[in-house]
Amino acid sequence: MSKSIKILGTGCSKCQSMTGVVKEVISENNIDATIEKIEDVMEIMKYNVMATPALVIDDVITIKGRIPSKEEVLALLN
Amino acid sequence: MFDWIQNIADWFVYEVLNLDRGQHLAEALNFFIYDSTKILILLFVVIFFMGIVNSYFPIDKVKNYLSRKKLYGLEYLVASLFGVVTPFCSCSSVPLFIGFVRGGIPLGVTFSFLITSPLVNEVAIGLFVGLFGIKTTIIYVISGVLLGTVSGAILQKLKLESFLTPWVKEVLANAQRDQDIFQEEKQPFKQRLPIIWAEVIKILKGIIPYVLVGIAIGGLMHGYIPEGFFEKYMAKDNLFAVPIATILAIPMYSNASGILPVVQVLVAKGIPLGTAIAFMMGVVGLSLPEAMLLKKVMTLKLIAIFFGVVTLCIIISGYLFNSIL
Repeated sequence: MSKSIKILGTGCSKCQSMTGVVKEVISENNIDATIEKIEDVMEIMKYNVMATPALVIDDVITIKGRIPSKEEVLALLN
Repeated sequence: MFDWIQNIADWFVYEVLNLDRGQHLAEALNFFIYDSTKILILLFVVIFFMGIVNSYFPIDKVKNYLSRKKLYGLEYLVASLFGVVTPFCSCSSVPLFIGFVRGGIPLGVTFSFLITSPLVNEVAIGLFVGLFGIKTTIIYVISGVLLGTVSGAILQKLKLESFLTPWVKEVLANAQRDQDIFQEEKQPFKQRLPIIWAEVIKILKGIIPYVLVGIAIGGLMHGYIPEGFFEKYMAKDNLFAVPIATILAIPMYSNASGILPVVQVLVAKGIPLGTAIAFMMGVVGLSLPEAMLLKKVMTLKLIAIFFGVVTLCIIISGYLFNSIL
C-alpha cells in the first residue's frame, strides 16, 4: 500500500532539508509513497503541532521540530 | 581556563609563521585563532547542554504546564524562563503562537515566551560567555528574562486580543484549558543522545561560517582600530546612542552569530556595554523576517505595538546597564 507522507512547515530552510531527506530515502529504497508539502499555517494547525518541520506518515505525527536522519526516516517508513 | 588556547595561538603565529610580536597582522591573526577556538568550544558545550535540557522539556510539555497551572501572576516569569530552555526557530513562531492561544494561555504570557526565546538562546549564551565572560553573560540572561516578563505583562494589560487576525480570534474563542493527549517519549538517555548530538552538529554547522567571518572582521578591527577610538562618538553621556543602536539592530537578524564578535571589539575599543547589549538584544530578539511571519496571526497594528513595547524595554535596559556597569 502506498504510504502518505506529509511534511508540515512554513517554508523555512529546516523544512526544505526535511523534504530533501525524505525524498532521498524514498528514491534510494524504492518506497511507494506520496509526498505532500503543507505550507499553509491553518492546515498545519489542524495537526496541532507547535514546532515545525513536522513529519506526518499516514496521518500520524512522527517527528516534530527537527530534521531526522535518513536511517530514522527509513525505520519509520518500514 | 583558556590559557592553553592562547599558548597554541602564540606558538602558531610567532613560531610556525615566524611573525613579529606587535605587528598588526600577527596580532590580528593571533586574536582570530584564540577567539575562534575558544568560542567554538564554548558554543559546543552550551548547545549540547541546552539540547539535553530541551530533550526533557519539549514544547508540548511547556504548553501543557502553562495551560494547566494557576501561577498567580508568576506565569509571565515562568513562560519567559521556559523560553530560555526552548530553542527557537522563527519559522516555528506562528504554529507556536496558535498552539498557545488554543491552549487558553493568555496573550501576554505567550508574548513573554516569544520575546525571551530568541533573545536568550543557546547560540547567544555560548557566544556571550566566549566574548564577554561569565559575569556579563549572567547579567544578559537575567535582563533578557526580565525583559520578556515585563514586556509580556505590559502587552497583556493593553488588551490586544481585538488586533488578532479573524481566524486567530476564532481559535481564541474556542480555546480550552484542557490537556492535549501528549504521550511523553519514555526514552532512556542512551537513545536520546544520538538525536541530541545530531542537532548540535547541525546547529554548529549552520552558524560556524558566520561566527568565523565575524571573528575575522573583529580580529582585523582589533588590530587596526586604536584603543578608545569610539569613545569620542559614543560616550556614555550621549543620550541618543542607545536608541540609535537598538533601532539599527532591528533589521539585522540572520547575521546575529556574526555580529556579536564584531560588537565585542567595539566594546573593547570604547563603546559602553549597555549600548552594545541593547544593540545585541535588538539583533537577536527582534527581526523583520519574524514580523513578516507574524502577519498571519496579528494585524500590522499589533505587530507594531509588540515591537514598540519590546524596543522600548530594550532601550530602557540599555540605559540601566550604562548607569550601573
